[in-house]
Amino acid sequence: MESFKATELRLGLPGTDEREKQIPTSTAKSNKRAYPEIIDESGSNGSSTETTPAPKAQVVGWPPIRSYRKNSFNLKKNEAESTGIYVKVSMDGAPYLRKIDLNVYNGYQELLKALENMFKFTIGEYSEREGYKGSEYAPTYEDKDGDWMLVGDVPWDMFLSSCKRLRIMKGSEARGLGCGV
Amino acid sequence: MNYFPEEVLEHVFDFLTSHRDRNAVSLVCKSWFMVERSSRRSVFIGNCYAVSPDRLIARFPRVRSLTLKGKPHFADFNLVPHDWGGYVYPWIEAMVKSYSELEELRLKRMIVSDESLELLSRSFVNFKSLVLVSCEGFTTDGLAALASNCRFLKELDLQEIEVEERRGQWLSCFPDSFTSLESLNFACLKGEVNLGALERLVARCPNLKNLRLSRAVPLNVLQKILIQAPQLVDLGTGSYIHDTDSEDYQKMKSVIVKCKSVRSLSGFLDVAPHCISSIYPICSNLTSLNLSYATGINGTELTKLILHCKKLQRLWILDSIGDKGLAVVASTCKELEELRVFPSDPYLLGNAAAVTEEAVAKNCPNFTRFRLCILDPTKPDAVTLQPLDEGFGAIVQACKGLRRLSLSGLLTDQVFLYIGMYAEQLEMLSIAFAGKSDKGMLYVLNGCKKLRKLEIRDSPFGNGALLRDVGKYETMRSLWMSSCEVTLGGCKALAKRMPTLNVEVINENDQMDDILGDDQRVEKMYLYRTLVGRRIDAPDFVWTL
Repeated sequence: MESFKATELRLGLPGTDEREKQIPTSTAKSNKRAYPEIIDESGSNGSSTETTPAPKAQVVGWPPIRSYRKNSFNLKKNEAESTGIYVKVSMDGAPYLRKIDLNVYNGYQELLKALENMFKFTIGEYSEREGYKGSEYAPTYEDKDGDWMLVGDVPWDMFLSSCKRLRIMKGSEARGLGCGV
Repeated sequence: MNYFPEEVLEHVFDFLTSHRDRNAVSLVCKSWFMVERSSRRSVFIGNCYAVSPDRLIARFPRVRSLTLKGKPHFADFNLVPHDWGGYVYPWIEAMVKSYSELEELRLKRMIVSDESLELLSRSFVNFKSLVLVSCEGFTTDGLAALASNCRFLKELDLQEIEVEERRGQWLSCFPDSFTSLESLNFACLKGEVNLGALERLVARCPNLKNLRLSRAVPLNVLQKILIQAPQLVDLGTGSYIHDTDSEDYQKMKSVIVKCKSVRSLSGFLDVAPHCISSIYPICSNLTSLNLSYATGINGTELTKLILHCKKLQRLWILDSIGDKGLAVVASTCKELEELRVFPSDPYLLGNAAAVTEEAVAKNCPNFTRFRLCILDPTKPDAVTLQPLDEGFGAIVQACKGLRRLSLSGLLTDQVFLYIGMYAEQLEMLSIAFAGKSDKGMLYVLNGCKKLRKLEIRDSPFGNGALLRDVGKYETMRSLWMSSCEVTLGGCKALAKRMPTLNVEVINENDQMDDILGDDQRVEKMYLYRTLVGRRIDAPDFVWTL
């Protein structure tokens, strides 16, 4: 039906076919840009490149975010990056302590994995009811009030702002904490 | 047409608030023209270089409110040099002599100096309202002048401006006798705030309805202000709570509950996730919520919050809300008219929230503005690996009232065919890294009858498209093309054929004039219709052909 075709999205201009036609112009299209110019740290000479740029390279004015907004994000980023949250980590039975920057981790999973690697042990499965089951060890931390808490009970951000030091408890002490209330 | 005396005509025209209606009325006949002109109180000038202050004053002798826009939109993204133009001083200077009753000035993307603000504050006795959006060039000294001299100021609204901080405590410059303030937005200021002066100001201004605080206002002062001004309708909280100390949190909860009039909320610059729940008691009243600077809130908390906000009409959030969160928005906020999603990390390519456009088109046919920014400028559809032509085509076909559209992602000429065919109400179109040939641009110029502003960057449109229908540009406010295929020769040809246009070539490198050959590509071109010829304040790197 003719009318059907008229409303179909795939319509081209009347009389044209689907294939693209080359439009001859008077100006020579020498180097057609395949990708926009990139602001490169090593100082490129302004010739357009055909290859995809490295992820870190930034095109001028892209993404289209107002400078004011960009600047306020950068401000926050700098603030966050410059303040590392360094806490001491002790492990029962280990001869000396370690120190880590909590800011480096995105959450409990990453933190616990890092601790496992650092001290060469395994932490059990976490559950709200029973703490860490399946291992001799329990990760604990001292909070602002001086209390020893089980790692993982509070939201990550709250943990970041209240953790003063970490201690990986072992043996009977660990089991005491891990048994829940 | 002369059935009624002029006073009656004037009274009837008073009911016309839209500029377009009043413009139409002035074309009916000479007497209507004269009545309308002398009774016009409010003028909107979308491009400050389209007319001159003198012409404005000659045409409308008794204006009380003026809106001016300066730099082209792409200046927001650093594509226009800072000193390109858009100075407000000449306008204020001219108005001093002729508009003694000036009450309101609204400026966007203009350069506003301290001298301008000083002159403004001293010259207009009844000055009531100053709204500055994305402007630059002034310091807190300028604000101090306003505070000191504008005795009946009702509104001071600074939106997204980098204001240079000076010593001087501008807030304390409002005299003790000053009580007229109704709206104050200084959220964008970065420096210290005289907290005592702020509290006293709020206390003595009983009509204060809108208050947006900067980051420097601590929580305890916010609490005092909220207790002092329970009549607030629009609140910007500044930092809000970051500390998880429960005492602050409990106190704020009890204070917030009393803010029953608040309809619009923003700020929360440093809030910690779980602290946002303190605003739940007032969420059901909110019609506008701006959390686009609240990087502290994660997607889960955001979604939980939205569930309380059933009456939202406007929502600005970060993309941390995710797809699921957006689904919650859609099902909860049935009265939503405007949704803006900002990137929480502008430089993180890939993994941004994916919202299929065809679903949007089907479910939201009432959109008047659709601006989608895909962070990777040439990214195809994630599922089909095809260009996004069909998606945007669906949008323009379904959203019949669409007035503004921004494109992104991998796009061929096809999307422009759709736009030309279906986007009948389109007034502004932003194109970046799109299209395959001149055909694309031509589809738009031929098809979009109501097009006013067209801005294009990094797209392969050249002289063929530029010169095909030069008369079209007289029906538009402006055209911006940067990093496209147009050459100097093409621009010159256009300028020659259309003396009513200013065709500006912006060239920040040192090569100009004879060094730049006619067949060389022009880096940045900005053309606009004008009644007053080339501007006299153009800097060296701007060449008006």
